[in-house]
Parts: sequence; structure tokens; C-alpha cells
Amino acid sequence: MKIAVCVKQVPDTPAKRMNRQTNRLDRSGEGALNPFDTQAVEEALRLKEAEGPGEVVLVSMGPPTAGDAMRKALAMGADRAILITDEAAAGSDLVATSRALAAALERESPDLVLFGQYAADSEGAVLWAAVAERLRRPMISQVAELTVDNGSVTGRRQTEFGYDVIRAPLPAVVAVSDAINEPRYPSLKGIMGAKRKPQDTLSLGDLGLEAAQAGEQGSRTTVLALHDPPPRGESRTIEDDGGAADEIVEFLAEKRLL
Amino acid sequence: MTTLVFLEHHGDEILKTSLGVLSKAAEVGGQVEGVLVGSGVEPLASSAGKFGASTVLVADDPRLEAALPQPRVDVLAALVRDRGHENVLLAQSILGADVAAGLAARLEAGLNWQLTDVLTRDGELVGRQPALSDSVVCEVGWTETPRLALFRAGALDPVASGGEARVERVEPELEDFSLTAEMVEQAHEESEGPSIEDADVIVAGGRGLGGPENFTLVEDLAKALGGAVAATRAVVDAGWYPYQTQVGQTGKTVSPKLYIACGISGAIQHKVGMQASNVIVSINKDPNAPIFEYSDLGVVGDVHAIVPKLTELVRARRGG
Repeated sequence: MKIAVCVKQVPDTPAKRMNRQTNRLDRSGEGALNPFDTQAVEEALRLKEAEGPGEVVLVSMGPPTAGDAMRKALAMGADRAILITDEAAAGSDLVATSRALAAALERESPDLVLFGQYAADSEGAVLWAAVAERLRRPMISQVAELTVDNGSVTGRRQTEFGYDVIRAPLPAVVAVSDAINEPRYPSLKGIMGAKRKPQDTLSLGDLGLEAAQAGEQGSRTTVLALHDPPPRGESRTIEDDGGAADEIVEFLAEKRLL
Repeated sequence: MTTLVFLEHHGDEILKTSLGVLSKAAEVGGQVEGVLVGSGVEPLASSAGKFGASTVLVADDPRLEAALPQPRVDVLAALVRDRGHENVLLAQSILGADVAAGLAARLEAGLNWQLTDVLTRDGELVGRQPALSDSVVCEVGWTETPRLALFRAGALDPVASGGEARVERVEPELEDFSLTAEMVEQAHEESEGPSIEDADVIVAGGRGLGGPENFTLVEDLAKALGGAVAATRAVVDAGWYPYQTQVGQTGKTVSPKLYIACGISGAIQHKVGMQASNVIVSINKDPNAPIFEYSDLGVVGDVHAIVPKLTELVRARRGG
């Protein structure tokens, strides 16, 4: 079975910043693999291990440095990586990003496409649905238990109302929940081996896309302005020295909550 | 301006989050239509008039029974093409998000998510989007119509303002690939007694409690405060507490006056379900727990020591 995992590089800092000149995310610092994507990678590796011969291909779009973030997933055990990178693609929104990813996935025609639950930078949790639509494939999101059997994929998930079990024929697109597994750490051997695994880069032209179909031109949303958030009121964190319960009561009384 | 609002339903009710979005659409102005998709849902339609829909379009078909997104994309895409809606607004939920993104790709339309508000400026729609863990607020726009938007659960309250909506049936034309995913099983635990969504005070317990037996700490504090008990996904998954008390992206979205989080780290899955609470107090032994970033009062300490003491103090104070 051939499994493609869509991954993303995110800034490797807990305090992510906006660039106030471009109104885009500041991507100048170190990058890391989006932590939610490691669970999609892990699930792909488990499926490959269970299903016998197969391949796990990583697909990403981002700056050239995103290759470094993908190497972590290669070190976990993915077989090869494809990075769509093109200056004209910077600033792509959902429609533009899904267009490029779908074009790359069409070329690979995997049996299963996996996504992580959430992008830690854009706070988006929707890309899979746009990609599935472009590929005209069935899609299951928020999957916490995944099985592949007889040419179909079955996902169990939690929703706002309880539990769903959804089945779809392959090829399909699945987004996993962060409850699905505990991702493995790359072994030393994996880390060494990752350097020798194929990492290809594709331009928009390689995918048959025009520059105007990506980046700001190919996008349909825009960030107009940035503001500081309204203050939450006084916010503080205290260490318990034995008197924390009293302090909480005092605080609740102040807020007229008792 | 013409706006289409996706009215998500569960059982025989339109969700409050969808009605909140509908009320916001009515406030923004112009012609507001709702769309209801499912099987046997027509009787729910006219009630949406009260919250601002002039017309509710109903796609009622047995093939639309399961709450799956792809056939809903077919229904909404056809409506937007035929009727020329300039805005399509949805409440952010597991279903709503998947419908919105599929629709964005189908219509090549811009989608902004996690909005907490929207307004018009010079005839253009402007959305308010807290980003980067709410450390910045973006004003977001769309470069073309249709404009698609997802609104954070709990951000908008339904406001009863209108009357009856006109109900119009539409015939769904569904794509083959949209019908290939099927719901094979569904288990919904219906809650009994008052829902935590209506509670003014919620005391929630997470993995930091150490074990199911320690939930009594949380229950005692909730009782002293006259509040309800909630739980995180981790402890519900572990079988410590029932599903209907789960707060988070999966589970319930709550916005009480007071939310006390006991032994909860506050990862994003939990945060989206309770961030609209008025006052948040958290107790956790890990000083780096994300929950402290959005608590009004955070206490780094041991829940097992602090919570019982707090319960005693509250009882004494309230004369219980």
C-alpha cells in the first residue's frame, strides 16, 4: 500500500509571531515538523508495518528549509519526501495550498492520504477536506482508530455528540486525531539513514501550475490588519506555598463569584 | 448583501452555534437564508426564522441522513451557484469545518476560520480572527465572493429577533464520490439531567487528578459552588468519567461564568471547548502547562492538596 502523509513545517518557538510588515507569520527562525503531523506519520508507518510491502511518502509545501523538518519524519521511518517549494507560492491560503498539494498527490496517486489534526501555526484544521474535494476522493476526519481492510478504510472518531464509525473505499483521504497514537522517536540509525533518503523538490511549473494559481495571487483571503488582543483583565499565576486555596477564594470573592 | 448560513442540526434541534451565526448574519444585514440538510429535517426549518432567516432552504433526502460533509458540499455548492450568495457562514464544528473547506475548494472561494465576529466596512466583509494562541487579533478579508467563514463555537449567541421563515425544498444533486464514505455505526450518549452547557459554574477534572477515584474532589468542589462537573477527553477516553461531561473540540463547548480546571494541561483540544468562559481558574502542578496562558488565575500546585482545602473554604463562606 502506498501512503502519502501531508506534513508542514512550523516555526520552532512557543511564542510564534506575525511579521507586522507583511501581515504573514514570521517564519524567519528555526523550523520544526508540525507536532500534530508526527501522529499521521506514525499511523502511516504502523499501517505499512502491518500491511506488508508499501511506501510512505511525505508531501509538503513550504520554503526550501522545510526539507529539514521533513527529515525528522524520514528519520521516524518514512521512505521519501516531496517538497513543493516556489517563491511564487509564499502566502498561499487554503484554496491555493490545497490546489498545489492536490496536484502533487495526483502525480503520486497513493492509496491513502493522511493528515495530522491541526496546524500549530495557522491553527487550521480543514486542509484535508479541500484536498479530498480536489482529488474527488472520500474523506474521514478526526480519526482516533484506523483500520485498512479489503480495499477500504474504517475510522472511528469522537464528535461533539458521541462516537462515529465511518468506512470509505480506497483511495481515500483521512485526517487523524491527536488521540490516535504516541508517535515514536527517531532512532539514531533512523536519523543517520534519513540523510540518504530521497528528498525531491517540485516547483509550481513542475506541477503544471501557473504562478498566479498560488501565493497571494492564487489566494482568496487576506489579512487586513493586526491588533493586540483585548486584555483578559488581570491574569496571574501563583505558586502554592500552602495558601493557594485562600488566594483562590479571595479572587473568587473579588470577582463576585461566591 | 446575500448570505447563506449552514444550519447544523442534531436530533430534532438546530444547534445553538448555528443559530448564533444566523443571528450575526441578520445583524450584518441584507438577505439571509439558512440551509438545512438531512433526512426528515423539514419540520425544524421554520424555527430558524426567529433568529433572522427570511428563507430556509431544505435538502431533505434519506441519502443525507448521516452527518457526513461531502454530500453537504454538493448541496451548498449548487445553492451558491444558483442563488448567488455572496457570503456563506458556518459554525465551526467537526462537520462544519469539513463542509466549509470542501466548499472552498469546489467554488475556489476564500475561507477564513476561527472567527469570533464579522462586520461590514465600505460594503466589504471584515472578520475578526484571534490567532497564534490568541496573542494577536487579525482583521481578515476576502478578495472575491463568495466569502466563506467559520465561527468559533461559543463566540456568537443566538438572538431572537424575527418571525417565521419561508421554507423552500431543494432537490439535492449528489456527486458519486460524495456518497462513497458511509456511516457504519453511531453511538450517541444522550445526557440526562441539566446539561453542563447551561451551568454558571463548572469544575473540570483532567489526567492530573491521578485516577478516577479522585474525581470526588472535583465533584465536592462543584457541589459547594453549586456547579456542574466536566472532564477532559483524556479522562473520558480512559473511562474515568462519562462522555456527556467531556469539554473540548470533541465534546461540549461551554461558556460559564466560572471555570475551574483541576489537573488539566489545557491542550488545544480542551481549550476550544472552554475558552469563552468568563473567568478561568486553573490548578496544575506543571508550571509550563498551556492552560496557564489563558487562565485569569493560575495556581502551580498539587490538586490533591489544594482542591479539598478550597472546597472547605467555599463551604464555610457559603454557610454550607
